[in-house]
Amino acid sequence: MSKTTAKLMQGNEACTIGALAAGLEFYGGYPITPSTEIAEICAEELPKVGGKFIQMEDEIGSIAACIGASLAGKKAMTATSGPGFSLMQECIGYAALTEVPIVIINVQRMGPSTGMPTSLGQGDLMQARWGTHGDHPVIALAPGNVKECFELTLRAFDLAETYRVPVIVLSDEVIGHMREKVVLPDPSEIHPLRRAAPATRAGYKPYAADPDGGVPLMAPFGEGYRWHVTGLFHDESGKPTNKGEIADTLLRRLARKVDKNADILADCFSESLDDCDVAVISFGSSAMSALSAVRRARAEGVKAGMLRLRTVWPFPEAIVDKVASRVKRVIVPEMNLGQLALEVERVVGCRAPVTRIGKVNGELFHPDEIYASIMENK
Amino acid sequence: MGDTLSYFRQDMLPHIWCPGCGHGTATGALVRAIDRLHLDKNKVCIVSGIGCSSRAVGYLDFDTLHTAHGRALAFATGIKLARPELKVIVMTGDGDCTAIGGNHFIHAARRNIGITTIVMNNNIYGMTSGQYSPMTPKGFFGTTAPYGNVERNFDLCELAKSAGATYVARATSYHVPLLIDLIEKALLNPGFSVVEALVQCPTYMGRKNKIGGPVEMLNWIKEGTVNVKAAAALPPEKLKDKILIGELYNKQEGEYTADYDALIARVQRKYDKFQGGLYGCASNSD
Amino acid sequence: MRVEFRLSGSGGQGLLLAGIVLAEAAILEDKNAVQTQSYGPEARGGSSKAEVVICDCDIDYPKATDPDFLLALTTEAYRSYAKGMKKGLIIVDSSVVLDPENKTRTIALPILQTATDVVGKKVVANIVALGVLGGISGIVAPANLEAAVKNRVPKGTEDLNLKALRAGLELASHAKVQE
Repeated sequence: MSKTTAKLMQGNEACTIGALAAGLEFYGGYPITPSTEIAEICAEELPKVGGKFIQMEDEIGSIAACIGASLAGKKAMTATSGPGFSLMQECIGYAALTEVPIVIINVQRMGPSTGMPTSLGQGDLMQARWGTHGDHPVIALAPGNVKECFELTLRAFDLAETYRVPVIVLSDEVIGHMREKVVLPDPSEIHPLRRAAPATRAGYKPYAADPDGGVPLMAPFGEGYRWHVTGLFHDESGKPTNKGEIADTLLRRLARKVDKNADILADCFSESLDDCDVAVISFGSSAMSALSAVRRARAEGVKAGMLRLRTVWPFPEAIVDKVASRVKRVIVPEMNLGQLALEVERVVGCRAPVTRIGKVNGELFHPDEIYASIMENK
Repeated sequence: MGDTLSYFRQDMLPHIWCPGCGHGTATGALVRAIDRLHLDKNKVCIVSGIGCSSRAVGYLDFDTLHTAHGRALAFATGIKLARPELKVIVMTGDGDCTAIGGNHFIHAARRNIGITTIVMNNNIYGMTSGQYSPMTPKGFFGTTAPYGNVERNFDLCELAKSAGATYVARATSYHVPLLIDLIEKALLNPGFSVVEALVQCPTYMGRKNKIGGPVEMLNWIKEGTVNVKAAAALPPEKLKDKILIGELYNKQEGEYTADYDALIARVQRKYDKFQGGLYGCASNSD
Repeated sequence: MRVEFRLSGSGGQGLLLAGIVLAEAAILEDKNAVQTQSYGPEARGGSSKAEVVICDCDIDYPKATDPDFLLALTTEAYRSYAKGMKKGLIIVDSSVVLDPENKTRTIALPILQTATDVVGKKVVANIVALGVLGGISGIVAPANLEAAVKNRVPKGTEDLNLKALRAGLELASHAKVQE
């Protein structure tokens, strides 16, 4: 059987296979709907490749164990949904400050609180960026179909390893549970990246890097580097500090790791944007409905276009800015009360009116809902 | 005795602990136990949470990880499972371990994962300046127990034993040779080991409860404890309100990461002819 | 052309699996297929809905908008979904109490009874239903349905399930629309 045969695959399954393709070696998680399939497949597959799976006592423990495993040199991942993602926030900040690569898959459901566990929501968009306390770098990718669950999880690992930041895959209940025909690349075409390691123990300074967004070299625990990791602000040697100027330099460097590479990180799907009057900007499952609506409007001669964000954080400002400069109207459908819209409005400014279509009943948009908005004042 | 100073990162000193604090004594005992066992410094990893006790790891010359409050054991679990060949040690305090980290503590014990946990129990939150902890005895004072603590306290060693730890012991900053011996034995236990080290906090515990300075506190600790071996011969009235020290539990059972490695071997034998490769993953999710 | 299926019934009837197999059969014919579902907290009982969209084209929206085929195995499922039907065909189990007001084309077939009486196992009603859907829609060749069933069902139950599939195809071949 050819390894690249078309296969019906579930979104959560594709995320997991993407992680395995990236070289996943450690999974720590806690059961939560609608992400649990990821844990189940990891529990089954990881031992086959010599990897480790552990079901921790809660989501705090899960992400903590992943950070520990990553420090021990392993590629580590956890997966969760809203309530668990909330519990993980403190340690996401810890990973950001200590620069430990980890991947967190958040299969979003309808919140807040326990909410509607089996229903769709996209209300964690802002939390993915600002959930932990303090300024911090973070990257979040949002798959818009099953194939992208594979591709973006794979990319999430590469980005985590390259920039040493926590990377969040912001999936959702519909994308996670739907099954779609996918053809995956041949494993020989996949070349996952791994964090850069120091060449020698002598003079190792674990946090020495170019202040303008440099990424320090990372030594695995247990190899004789004997370095110190702390969630306190620290100097180049890892020593805790209360000195304002050291803290300032460190935090600016961390932020620059992401900001400086915004162009490389920006990643969007677009269709019919070149000559459009009405641009629909969305992400995740909402964008599937939106694309259907845009295509229908186009077929009827309306100049509508679609921009779907695959990278949501850092927000792809340059791309949205370009769209804003030439359209008469922007529509932002999302399964929340207007989180993506806040960012879009910030970038669009007064150049074009932005119509928010927020939906919070747990049911994916019907394309007609977005089509109706496109046809208003077209 | 080797050169204990060589186990410290001297560029990280001076330490932040108060004069007369017991944490240095417990840290010294750990280093001496490591030295006696001739453990490879490059294969020892020490993890801590948040609090006065947790600052210890910064001063020690190993791979060290100063984590989030209460989470040391969860981070340590990840390290140990990822690399079972490492000797993983957790240094924690009474608040860090039994309040915010209580759940991780009982589950690490339940798994019998090969982590040696040194709980430095000063009966109070020192770092935040003297609040009562789950190990502050009833009736004692703290800044959040201005009228005396109304809560009952844990017996940490009983808790560890019930939760499944396979080596449990207690000593104090007064009984240093015993403390070193017990940590040494704990480090030799393949499973989850807990050593509770009763230590003095003259700044808050001593002052708030009018026990006195470091010397008075060490005397208070000495008077309040009885060796478990001596206790066997004493009548119950002599043991009233006394805390037992010494080795309290020691039983060999399967260690978690070794059991997981055995599972991997079993699965890999079964899937020896596993041809599916990456994309052969069972669609087992329905 | 985009063809939409909605399979509805109660949780535990295996309609999700039927939907998956239908989608996989379509993939065997080089068509595009997407399968989605909605579910509540119940693992058994409660209402269950699986949807399959099959198309030669790119499928942007994954859910059924106006199903071409609605399968309802229970009266409750029929009441929930039959009303919204515009252009499609409703296929119900014979046990379903029909709404005389509903003017949508409807076929009633003894799906559950066939599973029990002809195949001998109530649990394969989902595969009987799959045969019915495959036969009536004609969207996938029976040979591909058979191959997809063999791929998905638990080892050792292939013959039983193929028997169920054929029984469903047989039911479909005699089906008459109640106008």
